[in-house]
Amino acid sequence: MKERLTLITILVIGLAGCKETVDPNEPTGFIQVKGSDTIVNAAQMVSEEFMKQYPHVFIAITGGGSGVGIASLINKTCNIATASREMKPKEIEIAQKHGVNPKEWTVAYDGVAVIVNKDNPVDKLTIEQLHKIFTGKATNWKEFGGKDLSIVTLSREVSSGTHMYFKEEVVQLGKKDNKDEFSDKTLLLTSSQAIVEEVVNNEAAIGYLGMGYVSDRTKALLIAKGNQYYAPDTNNVMKKKYPLSRGLYFYTDGDPNGVTKLFIDFTLSPKGQQQFQEAGFVPRGESIEQKN
Amino acid sequence: MILFVVSIFLFLLKDALSLFGVYSVRDFLFGKNWLPISDPPKFGMVPLLLGSLYVTFGAIIICVPLGVCSAMFIAEVAPSYLKHVLKSLVEILAAIPSVVLGFIGIVWLGPFLRNWLHLNTGMCGLTGSLLLAFMALPTVISISEDALIGVPKAYKEAAFGLGATRWQALWRIILPSASSGIIAAVMLGIGRVIGETMVVLMVTGNSPVMPTSLLQPLRTLTATIAGEMGETVGGSEHYFALFAVGLILFVITFIINFIADLCLRKARK
Repeated sequence: MKERLTLITILVIGLAGCKETVDPNEPTGFIQVKGSDTIVNAAQMVSEEFMKQYPHVFIAITGGGSGVGIASLINKTCNIATASREMKPKEIEIAQKHGVNPKEWTVAYDGVAVIVNKDNPVDKLTIEQLHKIFTGKATNWKEFGGKDLSIVTLSREVSSGTHMYFKEEVVQLGKKDNKDEFSDKTLLLTSSQAIVEEVVNNEAAIGYLGMGYVSDRTKALLIAKGNQYYAPDTNNVMKKKYPLSRGLYFYTDGDPNGVTKLFIDFTLSPKGQQQFQEAGFVPRGESIEQKN
Repeated sequence: MILFVVSIFLFLLKDALSLFGVYSVRDFLFGKNWLPISDPPKFGMVPLLLGSLYVTFGAIIICVPLGVCSAMFIAEVAPSYLKHVLKSLVEILAAIPSVVLGFIGIVWLGPFLRNWLHLNTGMCGLTGSLLLAFMALPTVISISEDALIGVPKAYKEAAFGLGATRWQALWRIILPSASSGIIAAVMLGIGRVIGETMVVLMVTGNSPVMPTSLLQPLRTLTATIAGEMGETVGGSEHYFALFAVGLILFVITFIINFIADLCLRKARK
């Protein structure tokens, strides 16, 4: 009996405690954000800042790949889908069939960096050379002035927006009618971090990822589309000189309302954009080609 | 219990069969390319099936001799104090989460095998096989041990009576008498290995290539489902294709468990 009384007392105090702290004017709620692994760290940083300002809004952020986010937006299991590629017309069509009207928000810009092991003497490649490497037409580093080693190509899983982007821009050289595929010897890894680990450990490996994942442990290659080679840095992405530059997007179902709108506004505000910059991306305000 | 199995089967069957309304059965069963996001997509499951079979075969080759010998040692040779220690060690082995083994595979076993065997990459079938063998060991050891202990004492005594040494009795009398139980252990081990997902997803590299050797990256049925299910939209072709892969997996494990069950029944008689 005594124990039960104590329990009830604790419960009552607990409930009273809850009631007291919530100001009725303060926004409360829960936001589920799902999608791109490229954006997941930056989105996490934004949400931490956001939750400092609005402590009663809870935000859950998960990765898995842009495809995962878009699928869960269509399946109505998230409020915001993050994506490192634009939604395909086919996906928008499927979404509308499910009663979802995707609305796109460009939140930042990113360069897809190509990384190799630090001991690899190769410093720069053209898009055509990358195409040869990733389709399996070129198989030895010797051909590009490197060591006599078989090239090990690393890719993300098919659910990744970066995979899709890289496939369209490099494997298929940006041509719509091109049917080239990744070489079937390409390793499909489940996260950007797994690609970093394999490149650090393997002298013959080459992989690609969002420039937010580039660190001192690997070497990012200079990439050229014509004659000029550019490094994947903020400046080159901002001026659209780096050939593998792209937008990063948020998708919502129709116009967002309540806390979801609050979060998107926060992400686009200077404070939110600063977090993207700290995570290694290019804030949208600084990009020359603005969407809005 | 049976109701659950039947309803899972029907659920799988319903979604898997939806695929064959839009994609030909022949291309699915015999196709050699798995390109789910291409246009048009290709869902040939042969590379995935072979990937699973290669890894499983490799794991069983490593795990069965090791497991059966350990079981023989624990059941017949080890003194009783050692028996207890070994049995609890086997139980601890069974308690290691598969994601931890996968992590060990990525950071240690993979790079080790690459340097040792001079491979292109450590993310290959062999790494997966070794880790899976490790995971199947507890199953194989404990069921084999039960089978060995279940052999009537009279057999052993008769063998000793005929002048057999301890080794001869163990090798020629006890092991053959326990053979059905040991086959059941092996089958359950295979079932454990072929259905394992996390380890293979993490360490085998997942290239959807037609495998020719265990020393190259390959992609298994389970890793395909786990790696791709998150991005599929309910009701799409890709979604149904993954269910069809799940159905194949279900049928394989069902057959294996059925054989194991038959063997166990025979062993009990």
